[in-house]
Amino acid sequence: MHSIPGRRLIMALFLIFLLLPIYWLVNMSFKTNAEIVSTMTLWPHTPTLQHYRRIFTDESWYSGYINSLEYVVINTVISIAVALPAAYAFSRYRFLGDKHLFFWLLSNRMAPAAVYALPFFNLYSAIGLFDTPWAVALAHCIFNVPLAVWILEGFVSGVPREIDETAFLDGYSFPRFFIKILVPLIASGIGVAAFFCFMFSWVELLLARTLTSVQAKPIAAIMTRTVSAAGMDWGLLAAAGVLTIIPGALVIWFVRNYIARGFALGRV
Amino acid sequence: MDKTINQKAWFLVLPVFLVVAFSAVLPLMTVVNYSMQDTFGNNQFFWNGVGWFKELLDPSTDLGGRFLASLGRNLLFSAIILAIEVPLGIVVALSMPREGWSVAACLVILALPLLIPWNVVGTIWQIFGRPDIGLLGYTLNYLGFNYNYVSNDLDAWATVIVMDVWHWTSLVALLCYAGLKSIPDAYYQAAQIDGASRWAVFKAIQLPKMNRVLLIAVLLRFMDSFMIYTEPFVVTGGGPGNSTTFVSIELVKIALGQFDLGKAAALSLVYNLIILIVCWVFYTVMTNAGTERPAKEGAA
Repeated sequence: MHSIPGRRLIMALFLIFLLLPIYWLVNMSFKTNAEIVSTMTLWPHTPTLQHYRRIFTDESWYSGYINSLEYVVINTVISIAVALPAAYAFSRYRFLGDKHLFFWLLSNRMAPAAVYALPFFNLYSAIGLFDTPWAVALAHCIFNVPLAVWILEGFVSGVPREIDETAFLDGYSFPRFFIKILVPLIASGIGVAAFFCFMFSWVELLLARTLTSVQAKPIAAIMTRTVSAAGMDWGLLAAAGVLTIIPGALVIWFVRNYIARGFALGRV
Repeated sequence: MDKTINQKAWFLVLPVFLVVAFSAVLPLMTVVNYSMQDTFGNNQFFWNGVGWFKELLDPSTDLGGRFLASLGRNLLFSAIILAIEVPLGIVVALSMPREGWSVAACLVILALPLLIPWNVVGTIWQIFGRPDIGLLGYTLNYLGFNYNYVSNDLDAWATVIVMDVWHWTSLVALLCYAGLKSIPDAYYQAAQIDGASRWAVFKAIQLPKMNRVLLIAVLLRFMDSFMIYTEPFVVTGGGPGNSTTFVSIELVKIALGQFDLGKAAALSLVYNLIILIVCWVFYTVMTNAGTERPAKEGAA
């Protein structure tokens, strides 16, 4: 009853529309550059792994993935650690300025990264964090901490208050209650929040590129190197692109039922 | 609902407050500071008062002209993608399979574009649309269309819009699907007994139930398309000419390209103000929708 005529066809067409450009990227990453430039082939006629081999053996390439993962992980840990107590506070208590604070957090989630690029550059240069993963990790907190608070608040609100009260009656101190009882109860929520922090930090480029130069350069910035005097190295660019899709594609499975909730800031 | 008043809760919020204040308020103060000054290099600054802001809002000056033109382009872009993505997202959500393994498969494929780094999204479409090596560009040219996003304004726009539809329609679809799934079967059974047509079911049951998620989807899409930077930057670099230069691209050009700190800062503040206003609407809508819901359900 709750479907429309021709739904299978619509869904199939839309999925093809989504997959076709990705397929093209994967296809190109297995071709030699000669094949890419000279002929139009729908699948690699002389499949090669040379581009992947180059990325995994050249330090200037694979270090980009390590750098990216480094700041993404630092950012996720910071975001979840500070957001957890705040989510509990917003869910359970009313306090001076709570609504304004919530709105202020949201407004930072929505702030355009382009506005912050230059002041961040100045700020992190001044305190000597420029070109370290910490600079990018802290900069990404501006949108990830609010996101984590919003998502976790939804999950904490799903835990009945009676559980808190019983625990306190049983003589649990607040920190012990928090770690022993609350955190295990909202473990799936923490997983979802961590996934979204990971993701938004992983997909962002502007701040990551602005705040690094040599040592902590993310993979996204290294990819621009494929443009050289000898022309574009299309195969290498495609292979690097495919490798950035894999982490997201792997973890999607675990959060497929929560994905709408995460994108709606925990409000669905 | 029955939250207790407890000012000590501030201690729990304090870490978040400090982290976000460090990474948001401090930089924003720098921006305010710059926006009132002019620099001729060498770290020498001169007081300029509200000069930049006046210039920014006056289309006859260079800065104002660029800002207003990019703002216009950006609003047009947001309007177009909303007009495409929202109906398409609803249709896709309604087309979701009902049960079985195909649900999970569809969800995963739908979510895939959302998790691709934004510059890679740009790269994918940059390659896909090229007339020489991209499937899309090659096919279009083969069919006789003279399609080239590097030199033709209209083609560049079409590419950027199709790319955004590809990238974000899934978000609208997933949110709508979450809304649809919350409709109890009893509603459909009642509709069947009444002999309601499909269209009537959609209008009377599904659309009202999706209201809330649709609002979230529209506002999120508006915000994100209004701040779009990476994807069009990778594909077109803002060109040909300035035809796909959106506000963020213009801002980064002024700030990091020309290092015109005063101008960039004034632009940032106005830009931020617009976002803040939309954000306030967003917040009001979301929190109001949250408090209205239980009352409605109680009545039904």
